[in-house]
Amino acid sequence: MKASWLIALLAMLVAGLGWGPAFADPFPTIPKAKGERCVEDPQYMRRNHMDVLRHQRDDTMRLGIRTTKHSLKECVSCHAVDGKDGKPVTVKSRQHFCASCHEFAAVDIDCFACHASTPEAKR
Amino acid sequence: MSATTSRRAFLAAASAAVATLAPGITLIAAQAKPADQPASSSVRWGMLIDTTRCSQDCSACVGACNVENGLGSHGRPQTDPQWIRKVDLTSKRTGQKLSLPVMCQHCESPPCVDVCPTGASFKRQDGIVLVDRHICIGCRYCMMACPYKARSFVHESLENQRPHQPRGKGCVEGCNLCAHRVDEGKRPACAEACASGAILFGDLNDPKSEIAQKLRTLPTTQIRPELKLNTAVRYGGLSI
Repeated sequence: MKASWLIALLAMLVAGLGWGPAFADPFPTIPKAKGERCVEDPQYMRRNHMDVLRHQRDDTMRLGIRTTKHSLKECVSCHAVDGKDGKPVTVKSRQHFCASCHEFAAVDIDCFACHASTPEAKR
Repeated sequence: MSATTSRRAFLAAASAAVATLAPGITLIAAQAKPADQPASSSVRWGMLIDTTRCSQDCSACVGACNVENGLGSHGRPQTDPQWIRKVDLTSKRTGQKLSLPVMCQHCESPPCVDVCPTGASFKRQDGIVLVDRHICIGCRYCMMACPYKARSFVHESLENQRPHQPRGKGCVEGCNLCAHRVDEGKRPACAEACASGAILFGDLNDPKSEIAQKLRTLPTTQIRPELKLNTAVRYGGLSI
């Protein structure tokens, strides 16, 4: 009898503390991409995507090499997340693939000051 | 050795791909560069603008440029970016009126590249002069150096940029001859939009290209030739 009371009390305490929103979601929710698999191993991309993008950026900008494998444009279109209105969300939304992790890691992304953070709607 | 062969093979394939649809009509798409190949110094892209075909009340090229590159107005024309502008000229002597589009002239020795302190303003191997916004610090030296007033500064935060044309506040920008289109084998948006065919785009280095043939046979000029910049944009019918 005593043990069951203790358990009930503990349960109430835990509920009272309420594991509020700060604890409810300790890790970022990363939206799933549209493609079957990433252009590189996901573990590699998590750590090195910035270098991959930077390398591609210089190749494209300086030399005019326009392969799509490592292009930001392709990342953005494969990882696009549709919002409530059915249109892809911009980087301002926490739902955005890049923003979801970068907000969690508290690292600002400069890319989207100039680059489009959504694939282009058909014109 | 193998690099030489592959380049030769590539050139052979490229020239073989030039299809003649009908006498006088050649498929420009055949000049498309493979996506994994860098721009080559064997080509020099340029434009020939026939001012006699350019009408004063037409600004299709400017409109097409704005749409293609996502240039919008903030309602403040003094600071709105402008990659092409129409210039109307009247001869004081004869009263002859001319109208012509003026954009970056893609000089062979570009003053904007000379003065850029960071190397952001640069010339691609195929002669296209453009700004690498990743390293542009927005000092605007290039704007002062350019004799054609071809560059603009982005004064305000932007949204809804086109994916192929990233643009942002604090950087200088200008006509890049639609490098993203040219790399796909297309013409720049202005040349495509020009209904009167006043803008001819092509490879100045290729003696068989339509533009090179016209430059050989027609009287053409550069704007401010005395600066000896050897511009890639040439004008026909410009003699006031």
